[in-house]
Amino acid sequence: MKNIYENEMKLEFISKSNNEAFARISVATFAAQLDPTIEEIADIKTAVSEAVTNAIVHGYEDKEGVVKVICKITGNVITIEISDSGKGIEDIEKAKRPLYTSKPNLERSGMGFTIMENFMDEMNVESIVGLGTKVTMKKVIKKEEIKEEDIAEVLSQINNMN
Amino acid sequence: MNSKYIAEDKLLILEITEEIDHHQAEKIRRKADDEITKFMPRKVILDFKDVTFMDSAGIGMVLGRYKMINMIGGKLEMENVSVPLKKIFDMSGITQICPIIS
Repeated sequence: MKNIYENEMKLEFISKSNNEAFARISVATFAAQLDPTIEEIADIKTAVSEAVTNAIVHGYEDKEGVVKVICKITGNVITIEISDSGKGIEDIEKAKRPLYTSKPNLERSGMGFTIMENFMDEMNVESIVGLGTKVTMKKVIKKEEIKEEDIAEVLSQINNMN
Repeated sequence: MNSKYIAEDKLLILEITEEIDHHQAEKIRRKADDEITKFMPRKVILDFKDVTFMDSAGIGMVLGRYKMINMIGGKLEMENVSVPLKKIFDMSGITQICPIIS
């Protein structure tokens, strides 16, 4: 039995909006070791940007707080957990509804959760009012597995050539 | 953001050069609104040729500009929208009121 490849990283930064770019670029760089396609990387960057923006705009409402990002790689799956210790979400189902926004005056589109759900393979939101919110997302990087028999085949061909 | 105004066509072209997220949207919005109020164009084209990243802040930004241009009786169109950007615009249905022309 071969071991499943694992890796992990953590980021913590204060809730300043210019850290949105920092967070998505850092996660994309970490995810690059799974050799994702350009489209998969774009999906991850967008989903991370949405979750981090939510933490800053809604969680902390532009007050200063800490946003945490934990990324884990298990095999060809990347799990990204983005959490804040902000005000929390009262009604998660309502917040997830497409086009719903609690801040229409800020030109927010209400599409954040819809994008996270569509761009990632799994998305889960946990929140406690007054304590904070945690968004967990998973994406399977669909690269073709190299089968052991293929390797054996290539090796035997090389041996035959010698 | 760069802007070009073609007076004979009353056409304002706004070339967005920033990554469009919540942080940058405010800056883009302010510049775009300044140009629109200055020229009062009949048509505005948002050019996304140099946009390397966009999240849902882009939808809010386009919708906000659409409302403003609509108020002064003009039209808004989008061009050079790459595949990942189009995926986001299509999800919101905004392309039904702000068509992608190329």
